[in-house]
Formats: sequence, structure tokens, C-alpha cells
Amino acid sequence: MTTPTETLKTESSRTAMGSHPGRTRPGKRRRRVRPQNLTYVLLILGVVATLLPFVWMLLGSFKTQGELLRRPITWWPEAPTLENYNQWFTTLHIDTFFINSLLVAVVTVLGNLVFCSMVGYALAKMDFPGKQFLFLIVMVTLMVPGVVTFVPLFVMVSKLGLVNTYPALFLPFLAGPLGVFLMRQFMMGIPDSIIEAARIDGASELRIFTRVVMPLCGPPLATLGILTFLTSWNNFLWPLVAAQSQEKYTLPVALSLFSQGQNATNYGLLLAGSVLVITPIILLFIMLQRYFIQSVAATGIK
Amino acid sequence: MTATSSRPRFGTTSRAGGQRTGSSYRRRRQAFIAWGFALPFVALFGVFMLVPLISSFAMSFTDFTSRDVQNPFSVGFVGLEQYGRLFANPQFLHSMLNTGYFVIVGIPLTMAVALGLAVALNSGIKRFRTVFRVGFYTPVVTSIVAIAVVWRFILQPDGLMNTVLGAVGIQGPDWLNSTTWAMPAMILMAVWRNMGTLMIIFLAGLQNVSAEMLEAAEVDGANAWQRFTRITLPTLRPTLLLGAVLLSVGYLQFFEEPFVMTKGGPLDSTLSISYFTFNQFGFGQYGLASAASYVLFVAIALLSLVQFRALRSKD
Repeated sequence: MTTPTETLKTESSRTAMGSHPGRTRPGKRRRRVRPQNLTYVLLILGVVATLLPFVWMLLGSFKTQGELLRRPITWWPEAPTLENYNQWFTTLHIDTFFINSLLVAVVTVLGNLVFCSMVGYALAKMDFPGKQFLFLIVMVTLMVPGVVTFVPLFVMVSKLGLVNTYPALFLPFLAGPLGVFLMRQFMMGIPDSIIEAARIDGASELRIFTRVVMPLCGPPLATLGILTFLTSWNNFLWPLVAAQSQEKYTLPVALSLFSQGQNATNYGLLLAGSVLVITPIILLFIMLQRYFIQSVAATGIK
Repeated sequence: MTATSSRPRFGTTSRAGGQRTGSSYRRRRQAFIAWGFALPFVALFGVFMLVPLISSFAMSFTDFTSRDVQNPFSVGFVGLEQYGRLFANPQFLHSMLNTGYFVIVGIPLTMAVALGLAVALNSGIKRFRTVFRVGFYTPVVTSIVAIAVVWRFILQPDGLMNTVLGAVGIQGPDWLNSTTWAMPAMILMAVWRNMGTLMIIFLAGLQNVSAEMLEAAEVDGANAWQRFTRITLPTLRPTLLLGAVLLSVGYLQFFEEPFVMTKGGPLDSTLSISYFTFNQFGFGQYGLASAASYVLFVAIALLSLVQFRALRSKD
């Protein structure tokens, strides 16, 4: 099996991304046209079925409550209305939830990028007592189910008086084990000679880290940034407990509470809310899809 | 550039025979700096991960309840009593069965669908590859809360799902209110949400399948199915096992789908181990909940260990 570093290398040259050049399929295959057409048909049906819930969500968000309740169901909105969106922007203050989600996600991403790179550098390129043990602990916690730490964490946060504050929303996620693993694996692949050369030139470790190592770490930083942002944006169980008043809600918390309260049957409003929650992340995903997909392949191969 | 070539380190090997005092000073200095680099992470990780992890382990051997939060020193040590209560609790046993059902049906199904998609995308098609990849991956990036809103709507007795089924002559059930069909609905959603991740991992693995070998087999008269089972699948074995490990760590923690869709119902038919644990925390039964969460942790660790052994054995 290949080492993780090698895998990262192939990832960055994108041979593993499925966008390989046509070298494996010379013209010989071209006579087999029919099975390929069948593949296309199946894939198109599959993709349509996969995306149907999103299409349905989007169309439904422009319907009136009356139309959404009518049976048999309708596809295209008969009298398209922006009322559902209007309500989110005016009376429900979605901008507050949006800013909260963004703030928490950005702080969490920055924390992970900085702290995980630092410890990753120490683990990959320095010798110190306790190094193996530290790495082992980090690896074991990758398998810890969320429910194990959930309540002790809540008890601690409330004892610190942090419930319903921003720090409560991001502090527990500021330094995760996955980032340490990713950064360490990548940094192991950076040649020691580069670092030794800088050491001999009298550069301090901090300077080597910021000027030599970090500039080489683009790919794992992108991977870590994307995965952390995604997890934070979609995280909802912890913020549901930690945020207790409206001005601290994140988007998923707000949507989840609205879908259980008195608005539980206001389907148009809920569908519009869902569209608003997933649109930013889908736009981001489409813009960065190549990096998203690299990041999955990179973390997948441990 | 392999990890092994970077093994011999400056401070440890090349200077080992030289000046003792200089190298040990160097080493201590480096250790000091290294811990400095590790410090911010270690502090945060220690406080927000290790402390809760250890406290819930300790709690599982006590009769800790929500009333003891104010003065934790009044709780009694009860040994393995919580674990005994747990395995005598019919609701917990039910939740174990449900989790098992979800894992045993969900994992093979997700892997089969993802493998099918990966093979189809890798079969030499040239157009719309990106569209397909993005399309199948989209459910992965979207919020479960938003998904739950739309799926609850789709799965209504006369909703989109049953309308589509009706069009092909199938009378669909009242998915979320049926003890029989609620779990299949959860599994369907989980497959939909997770197939994209596995598809990408399998696509990466498929790049290791030797085109020469496939061609040679074709010349020797092997049909497509034989080529797939004799060449593609064996090459893909490590990737498939990896996919199984990732999925089982995730699926054993099965929680969000029932939490947002069914609240564990109807009649506990979608109550998972994680959900049971969460409920016990809600009831203030911290000791019992901690014991349940550690049972889950051990199950995950054991299953991963078994799978990693299997992964390593034939390499």
C-alpha cells in the first residue's frame, strides 16, 4: 500500500480524481457505443433522482401554503410568490443567523488551520519526549462518538459561564484531531534537507515554520479548511444546546427550532428556510468542487 | 518521497557520537520548542476533548445524575452497576438491535450503490463527468436539518415519494409513521447522503486497476463480469475495506436522521444507541448515559480494529 504522503502527492496531481487523460482508453473502445449510452442513461436517471429533493425544495419554496397542502401534489408553482423568503428576511431576521453561522465557521477554520499546523509540524519534524503518545491519543479520539463527550462538555461550558456566548459555539471545535493527522502526514513528506538547511542558516523554528514549511502546505490547508468549514456550517446538535437565545442561533438551529414550533406546518416557510441554509454551501461547493473532492479522497486514504 | 527516507534525523544520528553536552542541550532545547508548538492545540484539545472523555468514563462507574452537578463529590461509586442496568434495559437492547439493523443493511447498500456509481463514472465516459460527480456528491455537503425538512415532506403518505411510486403502480406506505417502514426510510436517506463520499473514494481506488491486465483478460476471452470480479474487485479490496471502516464508524453513531425525522419513533423503531444515550442525558441519568456511550465507543473501536486487521492481512 502507498504511504499517505504518496497519496497526497497523487491527489495534488489529480490522477486519482477521475480526470485522468485518455491514456487508458485508446480508440479501440469506440466501437462499443451502445453499452456506453446505457451507462449515460442510468447515470442521468441517477443524478436526477439524487437531485430531485433539492429541485422539489426550491420549487416548493415559491408556492403558497394552500398549494403545498393540496393533493394531488403539484410540480410547478401555480402562482409563484416570494412571501416565504420575504418573511425570513423581514420578521425572522435570517441575517443574524447567517452572520452567526459565518462567524463561528470562520473562527473554527482559522483555529484549526493555525493550531493543527503547529502541532503537526512538531509531530512531523521534531523530536521530543511524549511525541508518540501525543499522536496515539489524537488518533484514538478520531473514533470517539460525539455522544461520549457531549454532556461533560455542556456541564463544563455552563460551569465556565459560557452558555449562550460565541466562545461556547466555537471553543470546543477549535482544535480537532483530524487536522493534526492531515497536517502531520503532509509535513512528513517535506524533505528534511530543506528544514536542516534553514536551521544551519540560523533560522529559528518559528521562522522555519512560517517561512519554509507553511508556504508548502497549500493542499492540506485547503483540505482542512474546506472540511472544517463544512462541518461547522452544518453542525447543529451542539449549537442547539449551547445557543439559547435568538441572537446566538446559527442557521441550522434556527431552522430546526422553527420546524418544531408553531411554524411546524408552515411548509412554504420551512422550504424557503432550507433553501437559504443550503444555498451558500452549495454555491461554495460548486465553486470549489475540485478541492472538495480532493479533500474527500485525501482524508479517505488513511 | 516516502516517510522512511526522512527517518534519519540530524540531532539524533549524525551528532550522536559527537559532543555529549552539546547534543543533549540541543535535544532539550528542541523538545522545549516542540512542546511550545504543540501547546495551543494540547491545551484546547485537553480541555474540550480529553477532560470530557475521561469524566464520562469516570461517571459511568457512579450514580451521577443531573442533581449532582452542583457538588460532584457527593456521588457514589457503584462499580459496574450502570452497565448491568444498561443490559437489563429492554429499551437499550432495542436500540442495539435498531443500530445493528441500520449498520448491517445500510453499509452494504451504500457501498454497492457507491461502487456502481464509481464504476459507471470510470467506464470511459467522457462527457458530463464533472456534472455527475458534483450531482451525486451534493447531498453530502447539505445540512441535515434542511434535508430533514424536505424529506419529511417528501415522505408524507401522499407526498412526492408515494406519488412517484404510484406512477409505477406501487402503493407506498406511510413511511415515517410505520414501525416497519420508518427504518428503511432512514436507511434510504443515509444511502442518499453518504454515497457521494464513498463514490469519490472508490473512484480514486479504481485508478489503481491495471488497464493492461483488463485488456489482456479481454483478449483471453473474459467477459465484463469476469473482468470485474477477478481483476477490478481484488485490486479494489483495500479501498473497499477502507470504505467499510469509514462507514461503520459513522453508521454506528446513527443519530441525526432519526433525531430530525422521527424522534426515534414510532414506538422506538428508529431509536439508535446514540439516541438512547442522548435521551438518558436529557433525563439527567448521567451515569447510565455515560455507560451507554462507552459501550458504543468500544463497539466502534473493536469493529475498526477488526477491519484494519483484515485490511492489513493481505497487503
